Amino acid sequence: MSRCALQKILIGVALAASASACHQQVNSARTIRGGGPLVIQRLTPQQYRQSIADIFGPDIKIGPLPPILNRQAGLLEVGAAATSIPPSDLEKFASAARSIAAQVTDEKHRSALIGCPEIEKHRIDPSCADRFISEVGRLLYRRPLVAEEMRAQRKVARAALSDLGGAYAGIEANLTSMLTAPQFLFRWETTEPDSAEPRLQRLDGYSRAMRLSFFLWNTTPDQQLLDVAESNKIQTMEEWDRQVDRMLHSPRLEDGVRAFFEDMLGFDGFGSLSKDPTLYPKFTTAVADDVQEQTLKTILDTLLTRDGDYRDLFTTRSTFLTRRLGAIYGVAVIDPEGWQPFQFSPRDPRGAGILSQASFVALHSHPGRSSPTLRGKAIRQSLLCQRVPDPPGNVDFKLVEDTNNPAYRTARQRLTAHATQPMCTGCHKLMDPIGLGLENFDTGGSYRQAENGAVIDPSGRLDGIDFKSAVELGRALHDNPATVSCLVTRVYEYAVGRSLTTEETKWIQDDLKMAFEKHGHRLVPLMRDIVTSGQFVEIHPQSPAIVASQGPVQSLP
Amino acid sequence: MKVAQKLATRRRVLEGIYHGAVVSVGLPFLDCFLDSKGRALASTGESLPVRFGTWFWGLGLCPGRWEPKATGPNFVLPDLLKVLSPFREQITILSGMRAALDGNVNRVHWSGGRAVTAGEVLDNLPSVDTIISGAIGDATRFRSLEVSATAEKTVAAELVGAYSWSIRNANSVNAGETSPLAFYGRIFGREFHDPNAAEFKPDPRLMARESALSAITESRQGLVKQLGAADRARLDQYFTSLRQLEHQIAVQLEKPPPLPACVLPKVPVEPERANSDDVEATIEKHAILVNLVALALACDQTRVANIYFTSGGLRRPGATTTHHVLTHEEQVDLKLGYQARVSWYEARMMENFVTMLRSLDGIKEGDGTLLDHSLILAFSEHGYAKLHTLDNIPMFLAGKAGGRVRTGMHIKAAGDPVTRVGLTIQQAMGLSVGSFGAGSMKTDRPFAELLV
Repeated sequence: MSRCALQKILIGVALAASASACHQQVNSARTIRGGGPLVIQRLTPQQYRQSIADIFGPDIKIGPLPPILNRQAGLLEVGAAATSIPPSDLEKFASAARSIAAQVTDEKHRSALIGCPEIEKHRIDPSCADRFISEVGRLLYRRPLVAEEMRAQRKVARAALSDLGGAYAGIEANLTSMLTAPQFLFRWETTEPDSAEPRLQRLDGYSRAMRLSFFLWNTTPDQQLLDVAESNKIQTMEEWDRQVDRMLHSPRLEDGVRAFFEDMLGFDGFGSLSKDPTLYPKFTTAVADDVQEQTLKTILDTLLTRDGDYRDLFTTRSTFLTRRLGAIYGVAVIDPEGWQPFQFSPRDPRGAGILSQASFVALHSHPGRSSPTLRGKAIRQSLLCQRVPDPPGNVDFKLVEDTNNPAYRTARQRLTAHATQPMCTGCHKLMDPIGLGLENFDTGGSYRQAENGAVIDPSGRLDGIDFKSAVELGRALHDNPATVSCLVTRVYEYAVGRSLTTEETKWIQDDLKMAFEKHGHRLVPLMRDIVTSGQFVEIHPQSPAIVASQGPVQSLP
Repeated sequence: MKVAQKLATRRRVLEGIYHGAVVSVGLPFLDCFLDSKGRALASTGESLPVRFGTWFWGLGLCPGRWEPKATGPNFVLPDLLKVLSPFREQITILSGMRAALDGNVNRVHWSGGRAVTAGEVLDNLPSVDTIISGAIGDATRFRSLEVSATAEKTVAAELVGAYSWSIRNANSVNAGETSPLAFYGRIFGREFHDPNAAEFKPDPRLMARESALSAITESRQGLVKQLGAADRARLDQYFTSLRQLEHQIAVQLEKPPPLPACVLPKVPVEPERANSDDVEATIEKHAILVNLVALALACDQTRVANIYFTSGGLRRPGATTTHHVLTHEEQVDLKLGYQARVSWYEARMMENFVTMLRSLDGIKEGDGTLLDHSLILAFSEHGYAKLHTLDNIPMFLAGKAGGRVRTGMHIKAAGDPVTRVGLTIQQAMGLSVGSFGAGSMKTDRPFAELLV
């Protein structure tokens, strides 16, 4: 059976690609060969937590974990491939490892998780312990332990039993060891010769399973995926398509999509976000959590539940609210605890999708006031993948007027005064005219018509398109070609954990993006195209030069 | 390797008398209880270890408001620095020095800090604290400790969330701990041995933990096979960190020598709004953190500490603008000749510098104080933040480094590279280093007048 036919049967009607799109996809997968370099990513805290929950169950408590700090090509997931583990981070990982090992072997969990009988007092069957370590090691390392690693772990167990005594001391020490090991803390990719073209390298079965699982579910491969990796069936097109299908149809796809958008939208920034409680009393920590969840819910609803067009994220009027968010938006929410679907009316100025949501306008603001510059910059960098030049180091702010100056009451007036400086005009023109479209939203995410008593004019311009309101800005972003190529590039880079190679830039534009457009800008077919492309699994033995995926500096209008 | 051998020996010694039994036999001291000259660490204070620390505040100081007019020892503290009066004889003011970009972009709020700490404006070279901790850090449980009083949105775009200038290389940053409670737990929690306790009871779990770590080292060869150079360097960093963990265990298995200056702190109360950019909350948290750092030094848990006060993202309650935004937007008051509201924040910076100095000076150690046995570099990243200038970056040295440096001076080195300070520090800490810095900032000229 052809790959295409099989795929159609498996996908069913809902997600089926048209026959031409399917050919397109197979062709696109073969237009370039060679792939990119091997990628070795450090686990993000979320991936760590999810892996532990999948392997040992959700009731294992996990303490603080060190975050990835290094954002590259707009993504922490790419930065994770350049991040090492300095001593203070390893200390945190080691302490988490000890705590997890202690919980797994405690009286509450040991029988369910380990299930080895005590053959005499303070002694469990050593062959059972051995089997447990080999099984759990395979889950933690995402591949079976090699003989040398098994030997080393047996030694660890023996030493612990003699130092400490107690039936489970050996297993506890093994778990501590494996959870602190680089094999677990990094996603360790390895290659094998491509059987079709032995000159070329491809990810081996386990690495393939790992890349797929972290991309689609943001977690470690499950038993089924490891099993087909072990038999190497995973390298056949039929099995690969079957696994891809299973994972794309699972509710756990939500975890993967969430993780991607949290990364792309820079939600890690909420960790250091604060709003002045005297000026914005409604913006509490709980609200900060809710605003992120609101946006993620809107995204999941649009892209997964409704299988809709990605660009609709900037025009949709549908969202979800809690009672706390109702206070921000001035909407009555009946349910005191849960989430309630909500639709802004067609004339409501807050219908600019995720742009006018509190998560976006609050994250890209100063603590005490809005910032058209920061918001414009975020749209350029996060949503259009364009790099805005850094402000010149020797910029002279002499003419920037005081916020208390009665002549400059609105941000537009202050910025105009500043941005007429020849030195500043260049950059501010790239950001401010976009961000001014969101000036009706204060830094706490609430709608306002005036600032300091002066009526706000939310008109502006994005790449030659004039708009009069946030809703029209959303429409302009929806129609901007860079919006689409940015998403395709970001999703791909997220999937492979690195920036594009020179060869890939053309492939992304000519093939992947075209296919995405043909599929109605829907996310799931894009994810499918990526994981079924040759690029996803092929590895170039010598890493080709990586091009910066941030687009060129925007030229002046 | 050294540590592993020691452990192997000790394992033989201790096996059998373990299993929770109280051990009060005298075991041979590790190097860590010898000072750099090899003398045993006595409780008399004669040969107390010399500690190194950094204290960072962001956004510089208004030019003309902090530099004394006279140089040398006979200077008068200008108004902005009056608060430093009690420590006048224990500090050195360093003015006039610049960071050179050598054609690189001025990454605002970043390049200057890199120049001071690493001698370059790029991200390749290690910061001076990591060079020093590389030389003296093996003596203690922690090679170095990093704390941050702030959890604000940092002013620089680089390494958001790290709150630290302690950088071994671009992929390895020693991030600042922002929670006093977590920091307390890390140092003084369950694994802390009170050096003054009458009995020493080594934890048998440490032995099991050591072998758990050595199994990881054994798998190293298998991992490097397919790695490119960059990933190999990352793996090397991991194993450096792993050795540091093994080292901690080795230190904890030894009975520490008594340290009269070491007093256990109370469990700190996590300040409310600890993670806000509220200037008052940050000041409160800073005071708690510097006390913990001082005690960690007094208890010889580390000899290198990096304290990050703020990048400049702080805000007065109710204010719509942060210190940083003010530096750019506030007009210079024509009567005063400087930015009045910015100056309010600058005064807070200097007050908190004093808070830190008081914490160190409040601990009596031998014939002096902990401050006397320390060398602290306090620095900022810009000269005039309003214009992002890289000349006249304000820096201070504090403490006598156990008698190795002179203090009570104002050194004005107009136009010299900031790297002269980094070089002076390394030599004062006993490192045999002849030059420091890269490009046009490379220097072989320490401030000889400061070195004893």
